[in-house]
Amino acid sequence: MTFHAMLRRTLYTVLIAALLAFFAIPMLWLASAPFDSDPGVGLRWPDWTLDNWRITFEHPYALGSLLNSIVLCAVATLVTTVLGTLASYALSRVRIPGRDALLYVLLLLSSVVTGTAAMVPIFVMMFQLGLINSQYATGLVIAGGMLPAAIFILKDFIDSVPRSYEESARVFGASPGQVLLHVVLPVARPGIATIMVWAFVQAWGNFLLPFLLLRDVSGQPAAVLLRTLKDEGGSANLTVIPVFSLLYAIPVVALYLFVSKRYGFRFHGGIKA
Amino acid sequence: MSAATNRTRDTSGLGVARAVAFVSPALLLIGLFLVFPALWTIYIGLTNYTLTGPASVAPAFVGLENFLGALDDALFGNALWLTLVFVLGSAVLGQNLLGFGLAWVLRSAKPVVRRVVEALVLLAWILPSVVVAYLWTAVLDRDGGTLNALLGNESTAWLVEYPMASLIVFNTWRGTAFSMMLYSSALAAVPPSQLETARTVGASGWQTVRDIVFPHIRGHVLTNTLLISLWTANDFTPFLLTAGGPNHESETLPVFIYQQAITNGELGYSAAISFLLLIVNLVVALLYLLLLRRRS
Amino acid sequence: MRVRRTLALTAAAVTTMALAGCLGQQQESDTGRNADAKDVTLTVTANAVAGGKNELTAKWVTDWVIPEFTTQQKDKGVNVTVKYDGIGVDDADYKAKIALDFNTDIGGDVVEIDGIWLGEFAQGGQVRPLDDVVGKDEVDRWDGWGEIPDAVQAVGEFEDKRYGIPVGTDGRVIFFNKKLFAQVGLPADWQPTSWDEITAAAVSLKQLPGVIPMQLNAGTAMTEATTMQGVLPLLASTGAEINQDGKWQGATENVKQVLDFYQQVYGGKLGDPLLAQEAKGRDKSFELFAQNKVGMLFESDYFWRSVVDPTVGVAKMADRDAAVGWAKIPAMNPGAGVGGQDFVSMSGGSVRVINPNTKYPQQAWELLEFMNSAAATKARLGDTAQVTQRQDVNEEVLQNDPMLSFIAEEVLPITRFRPGLADYPKVSSALQQATADVIAGKSADEAAAAYQDALVKEVGEDKVARG
Repeated sequence: MTFHAMLRRTLYTVLIAALLAFFAIPMLWLASAPFDSDPGVGLRWPDWTLDNWRITFEHPYALGSLLNSIVLCAVATLVTTVLGTLASYALSRVRIPGRDALLYVLLLLSSVVTGTAAMVPIFVMMFQLGLINSQYATGLVIAGGMLPAAIFILKDFIDSVPRSYEESARVFGASPGQVLLHVVLPVARPGIATIMVWAFVQAWGNFLLPFLLLRDVSGQPAAVLLRTLKDEGGSANLTVIPVFSLLYAIPVVALYLFVSKRYGFRFHGGIKA
Repeated sequence: MSAATNRTRDTSGLGVARAVAFVSPALLLIGLFLVFPALWTIYIGLTNYTLTGPASVAPAFVGLENFLGALDDALFGNALWLTLVFVLGSAVLGQNLLGFGLAWVLRSAKPVVRRVVEALVLLAWILPSVVVAYLWTAVLDRDGGTLNALLGNESTAWLVEYPMASLIVFNTWRGTAFSMMLYSSALAAVPPSQLETARTVGASGWQTVRDIVFPHIRGHVLTNTLLISLWTANDFTPFLLTAGGPNHESETLPVFIYQQAITNGELGYSAAISFLLLIVNLVVALLYLLLLRRRS
Repeated sequence: MRVRRTLALTAAAVTTMALAGCLGQQQESDTGRNADAKDVTLTVTANAVAGGKNELTAKWVTDWVIPEFTTQQKDKGVNVTVKYDGIGVDDADYKAKIALDFNTDIGGDVVEIDGIWLGEFAQGGQVRPLDDVVGKDEVDRWDGWGEIPDAVQAVGEFEDKRYGIPVGTDGRVIFFNKKLFAQVGLPADWQPTSWDEITAAAVSLKQLPGVIPMQLNAGTAMTEATTMQGVLPLLASTGAEINQDGKWQGATENVKQVLDFYQQVYGGKLGDPLLAQEAKGRDKSFELFAQNKVGMLFESDYFWRSVVDPTVGVAKMADRDAAVGWAKIPAMNPGAGVGGQDFVSMSGGSVRVINPNTKYPQQAWELLEFMNSAAATKARLGDTAQVTQRQDVNEEVLQNDPMLSFIAEEVLPITRFRPGLADYPKVSSALQQATADVIAGKSADEAAAAYQDALVKEVGEDKVARG
């Protein structure tokens, strides 16, 4: 090995190590604080204990809130993925005048609705519709905000599915539904899986909408509960927060692992411009 | 967008009726839960509606007063500028470059290394933002923060002394995964023969990227930049780290909107600012579209 | 086409809904509605949740108030179901949520709000005087009023009308670390009589390595804490209240003196400006105090009860009783304080109001009375001590706690309350901004001038007393 090659190799290793450190170091807190007898905002080698876990499990709403989150996010994610796929398939395959402009407008409007300023319209509308305190309805509202971006990304995935596949399938007499189900979906699957995880993550972190639209504290998702883990003066309760943060992160990571193992998790030829 | 969409043939035999049936549920949901509240919000931006006080009972139509007020509001100018800095620093440059760099470097990495790095980068992307805020407070905290411990100094309060720089690094960490995934797949589509040719003529890495790779992935770069710019411009996570402080030094537009709507109860004004944020997004999107069109 | 039609329809719907004013509900005015109902459902709302913020309040409502009140009503033949809507988030988020609730009929019947929000809610018609909601005779008949000092009752009043019953109150003092004081030769019973004596003590403390002499709440990150623990007590020390004769203090001499004091503290490195600006700076100053790294803190008695308390505190100090001293906040110079006083303080507190949209105004009032009875108030405290709204309860529960007795006996008689005016939150923000400007390096005069401009813009020229 020449000196030059060795240097390159070393530099390469250092680069990879630096990148690894950059992404890994912030996460160490999640590995240490939940097990520390006196967790603080900073990172330190823990004084090992499982007491924080016991206290967290004894919290009246902690575990329930995670279940609520799962229900809420399952609704939002399913609706976003299914409706997004159907819509993007149709938009990809059938010419509708002004389609791209429409998509852009919706994408931009979604930024208004996901902001704080839209809270009154959404709240009053849901109140008038009698949908306050419904997890399903809250899931739908969240899905409504995510759909434009989902369609935007999915459409590019589906655009990249070769039409020749569909043509051959039709030659063999497949119905359009069968074409979508058996030809397009399998090819676009990594993209759909990616959107699924993306949608789940977005819904999982949403605080304001569930906070306003769900009344009952026992029906609130984890994103809301995490903000209540405080004392009288509003100081963070650092006994429960690290453990709960870890628990709160697990479903998202689990979903990602599941999806990536089963369907692959990448933009496999997706998002063409 | 894609060249393929310009085809007029209905190759999949979907038919207009079925296409409409496929699109309708999504559009219905979007219409009800997105377009309707969004338009309503824009309307509220034309009133002096507040959360409490007299104007909450009888809001008056004030026309463009909120918008004129915003142009006159130094804090709005500040927030707009910080948002641009945030988007440029963390999305257009940070996530884009790091995402591409990772995709490029990992191409030739061992599968194990590749998988570990990718998993970590993705983890940063999928963790909930409240959790991520705690993680980064632990990194940047003055006493006991990991960064200060690594640097062996005890006195830098990163989030107070360098709030925007901290947020830009943070958001680069947070969002690079999307760019990385997108560029990985884009790079896979670059014909290997061309890369091989570049190697045999002794082109440097940079020359290869500029002359061979970039022309192939240019469209991806634009779409990616558009999406991550939009997401970054609307990102509320900075609030969880700095609450806009110190003294408005990290108060980006979404944080400013939150402060106006929740803390000050100025719903009319905050709605108007939301609309202005939309306009900023629109300008950015048009800019990208223009660049895209020039390509094709 | 389709889309365009949808857009047109939604646009039309938006206009109609907004014009029809569906943001506000029609309020019923009959105070006696459903007074004889045999099946009643009431909801209590508070920013308190089991396992989280203000846990004790939440548990008190669910474990004591609800069962006791249900039994009491059952004896009268009324079948009452009380629900608790515990929220427990940041105050600003809570306020937004209940403001939305008040505009509909799904909000709680008895709602706990911060006393300073009363003006805004009252002016918005979201809460209304008890006399209108319940009826004057009923309200006056309650025997509990006699136990609540007038100053405390004022927390629940707006424009001389009673809107609710206060939950309790607090007082602000200077807490100091006796151990650090001893190291620089300051007495354990330290009681400054002027600002100069405070700064002199701080200068002595500065010799101690790693010790922040005094942390005076400042900046925008601490929100209301800056105003309530810093600016307003200091303003009272200079002899002024923030709202006098119907006008807010602009860049007056008093405001400049206050900002100048901030300048002395933070410009002279007697306090840590970075700590004051951190998003979690106040929590951190508590931690540092508990670690004997802060000499003095201007704080409410909450600090004693909930922060450094050896058992339930967030920054526990095992030796609290021996290590933590307290002193009244002195006037700038003796006799220069508000009302010619030598010492000053500020107080605040929450209020429980009745939602004007309640279906059962009479029953809600009964519940509110019940929650403010001596027995209920004592049950709320459990084994903790706190200055409650009721004097009879205070006499009993405070006797074992020297700090809280001090608040009740020495501080409350000299204290002032914030004006419950609708504009107050805006004024408070402007004051916070002024202190932030001083920390950022502006002079007291510049900061005061900028503050005055902001104030005029927010509340109008005619409501500002210019300097």
